[in-house]
Amino acid sequence: MSAITPDLVAAHQLTEAEYERIVSLLGREPTYTELGIFSVMWSEHCSYKSSRLHLKKLPTRSKLVVQGPGENAGIVDIGGGYAIAFKIESHNHPSFIEPFQGAATGVGGILRDIFTMGARPIAVLDALRFGPLDDPETGARNRRILEGVVAGIAHYGNCFGVPTVGGETVFEPSYAGNPLVNVFALGVFRKDQIFYARAEGEGNPVIYVGAKTGRDGIHGASMASAEFSEESHQKRPNVQVGDPFLEKLLLEACLEAMQTGAIVGIQDMGAAGLTCSTCEMGSRGHTGIEIDLQYVPQRESGMTPYEIMLSESQERMLLVAAKGREQEVVRVFRKWGLDAVTIGVVTGDGKMRVKYHGRVVAEIDTRALADEAPIYDRPHTAPLRTAPLEAPGFASADLNRDLRTLLTSADLCSKRWIWEQYDYMVRTNTLQGPGGDAAIVRIKETGTSVAMALDGNGRYTYLSPREGAKLMVAECCRNLSTVGALPVAATNNLNFGNPERPGIMAQLVEAIEGMAEACEFFETPITGGNVSLYNETLGEAVFPSPVLGIVGLLDTRPPLTIHFKNPGRAVVLLGGLGTCDPVRFGGTQYAKQVLKDLWGLPPALDMDYEKRVQAAMRRIAESGLAESAHDLSDGGLAVALAECSFGEDPIGAVIELDSRLRPELLLFHEGPSRILVSTADPEAVARLAAGYGVEAPRIGTTAADVLKISNRGAALIQAGARELKEAWEGALEKMLHA
Amino acid sequence: MKFGVVVFPGSNCDHDAWYAVSQNLGEQADFIWHDSTDLGGADAVILPGGFSYGDYLRCGAIAKFSPVMAAVRRFAQEGGLVLGICNGFQILVECGLLPGALIRNRGLKFICRPVDLVTVTTDSPFTNQSAKGEIVRIPIAHGEGCYVADERTLDELEAEDRVVYRYLDNPNGSARDIAGILNRQRNVLGMMPHPERASDPLLGSTGGLAVFRSMAAAVEKAAVR
Repeated sequence: MSAITPDLVAAHQLTEAEYERIVSLLGREPTYTELGIFSVMWSEHCSYKSSRLHLKKLPTRSKLVVQGPGENAGIVDIGGGYAIAFKIESHNHPSFIEPFQGAATGVGGILRDIFTMGARPIAVLDALRFGPLDDPETGARNRRILEGVVAGIAHYGNCFGVPTVGGETVFEPSYAGNPLVNVFALGVFRKDQIFYARAEGEGNPVIYVGAKTGRDGIHGASMASAEFSEESHQKRPNVQVGDPFLEKLLLEACLEAMQTGAIVGIQDMGAAGLTCSTCEMGSRGHTGIEIDLQYVPQRESGMTPYEIMLSESQERMLLVAAKGREQEVVRVFRKWGLDAVTIGVVTGDGKMRVKYHGRVVAEIDTRALADEAPIYDRPHTAPLRTAPLEAPGFASADLNRDLRTLLTSADLCSKRWIWEQYDYMVRTNTLQGPGGDAAIVRIKETGTSVAMALDGNGRYTYLSPREGAKLMVAECCRNLSTVGALPVAATNNLNFGNPERPGIMAQLVEAIEGMAEACEFFETPITGGNVSLYNETLGEAVFPSPVLGIVGLLDTRPPLTIHFKNPGRAVVLLGGLGTCDPVRFGGTQYAKQVLKDLWGLPPALDMDYEKRVQAAMRRIAESGLAESAHDLSDGGLAVALAECSFGEDPIGAVIELDSRLRPELLLFHEGPSRILVSTADPEAVARLAAGYGVEAPRIGTTAADVLKISNRGAALIQAGARELKEAWEGALEKMLHA
Repeated sequence: MKFGVVVFPGSNCDHDAWYAVSQNLGEQADFIWHDSTDLGGADAVILPGGFSYGDYLRCGAIAKFSPVMAAVRRFAQEGGLVLGICNGFQILVECGLLPGALIRNRGLKFICRPVDLVTVTTDSPFTNQSAKGEIVRIPIAHGEGCYVADERTLDELEAEDRVVYRYLDNPNGSARDIAGILNRQRNVLGMMPHPERASDPLLGSTGGLAVFRSMAAAVEKAAVR
């Protein structure tokens, strides 16, 4: 075995201090295999060493939370004896290097996190961030990455048989060198059939199931913990290759094997593969695990212990069975045509002991690896930003043209081209798929439904990490309330740049603190998630991009959708027109798409009012008074009105406003706490809203195929709804094929 | 009556089909495992959607060799009702129970979308509860659903009134807008759209339920006779 040199330590992305810590924990020099094991377990990706200190600030508990952070996924009680497991995870770095496989294995990884707990995945959503499609320099590559990522998600999810029911896609120059691919998955199971990733019971056999181990993905976790350079594309072999068919078999076999009662604990092999699953199961079970790598099914010959331990080959699981009952488990996996091999045993000595043909190649305390990882309180100063605070002078030349610019922008145009490539209906539970404010999936077993939404606004968070994070929580909750669901719990994905830069670290800290405050206030504890740092290429960081996924509960009923259904109905703006000044206008889509600028601060948020607006909305949805509902967000009032008009048979509206705001702000400001409702009974809606101290002015009437907006008698917008819809719907494809 | 829903490794609409016929329609339904050599006394068989055996080769090309397909073939030859949905349709053409082939969609992309279908014939055990010319909305979800056959076969399908459904707005490039076809004996239907996804009012359309209801009616009628 080669000696451990400082160069070798550096090549493993371990600092000198970290190496010394390893030596002191072991009481000796590590072997080469041990060095590899420490390097992945202590990588940023696996150890959360830069974020852990701050993640503690997040609320994680409520009456409904069964399992918070620390397991494969968070679990929430949905009543009727059932629970849901859900989590979001990133696959940013692999998706940049190899978009199709990177995104596909991102889906595969999060699905395993769900079904390893015993839950059957019933929904996937994804939050995607790319560079601009029309950029003269990077556009071609950005388009290729988008097409690859979407095809990869479709390939994996469609074949596996989980509906991809929603998500969001945003374009910004800062993502050109570092796209973000965050995948959320949710599964359902009986509350008394939850499985945990714990190795318990000394003498119980440790069984390897699923795909054979190959050389793919070695050091994937470390790759995900470093910035990109010009040589990053040489890291393509570090990206794993996914096999959704095998994963589908693994799902069915695992769920069936769990029914035997012979499984004690189970964990998927994701980042850091066999290393991570072995030591985490031992650490959580307060036990040790001894394995011999000669029994690990391998698809290549001549693999070293180091390679076997660090491989990130996909579609593999590690489980602990009750001693003497392993054949019951093996039989199920055989039925599904899968490898299931006993590779070791649970021990009582708290050590992860790895042998190769009987010779010990690594012996490390499981808790040293999993729990003794370094924790850094990295210095943080003021959040990095270069945008000015003051607003530039601006005046619209043509508001109609501005609206069209917004509706045909990559951020706001129809994403049908993307989501039609996803099977969003398989499992016949999708009450509302992509294109709404929140996705709704019914639970056949309980007669209730789960609503889900993902949100994140990098521009807001860039202008103010703290306020941006709060706005994100508010909007995500609002999306759920708009379909009538009560938000109950959340999962987060923190995508930031290099935490060793104090300005970036400050973004992370302030965003977490803002999120913590808002999640506490809106009663949506964080039950798990993922941190993805070092999202930088050549020193250029992405916008601070936290992404939040929130789940909500509601009764199963026909969905309340965003589209106007009938002409002649009242249009009510629940929450009122709101207000805005030019400084708070700098993060809007109008500033981005029309003015090509960024300044000031994100919109002002009154969390108390927001909460009341949402409560009123849920009450209105429940009462059946609303024919449609759509929350205001990107693009403000005018864009939201247009989106309401874009039903299968477009129905517009004639809107007459009474406001002192200048037209650009009035039409396009993105102040929160506002929801458009169409109803046959605006007085009843206003009465319900008043009960919550929320204003609900009637601002107009739906009308066939026309969208007219005026303020105090002055015409601002006049367009055909059908014609606007066509432009909005075809925009993305046009950009892709430009 | 009893429906049998075949489960191949990689089937993923098996449970949906089972739910539609058992819960939405209210008939008995059982699953049939792919290595089974009999159909467990099913009166009608459904080959569900999904990616049988991963479909890494040609869709349905491996499934055709599975033990259960020998039983399905015998069942079909004896006049039993066989409905192939999506991947099930692909399997039926691969094993020669239906003519033609299903190739990649015209746009080379997977498409998931509710589509409108014209009911071309009601002279079939799958559409006896429908009206001729009736337009039903049933979703598609496939990457390889472009139906192709030589001109003579297509002419024959039309001359023999074996085209059951046509797309109103052809999404995938299928020859002559064909969405579903019968075998010559009219007891085997292959269709790319998913009727099991349009069998529950909560999901927005019940246009697919008539397919299962027709099958049940046909089986009842045969039993009475």
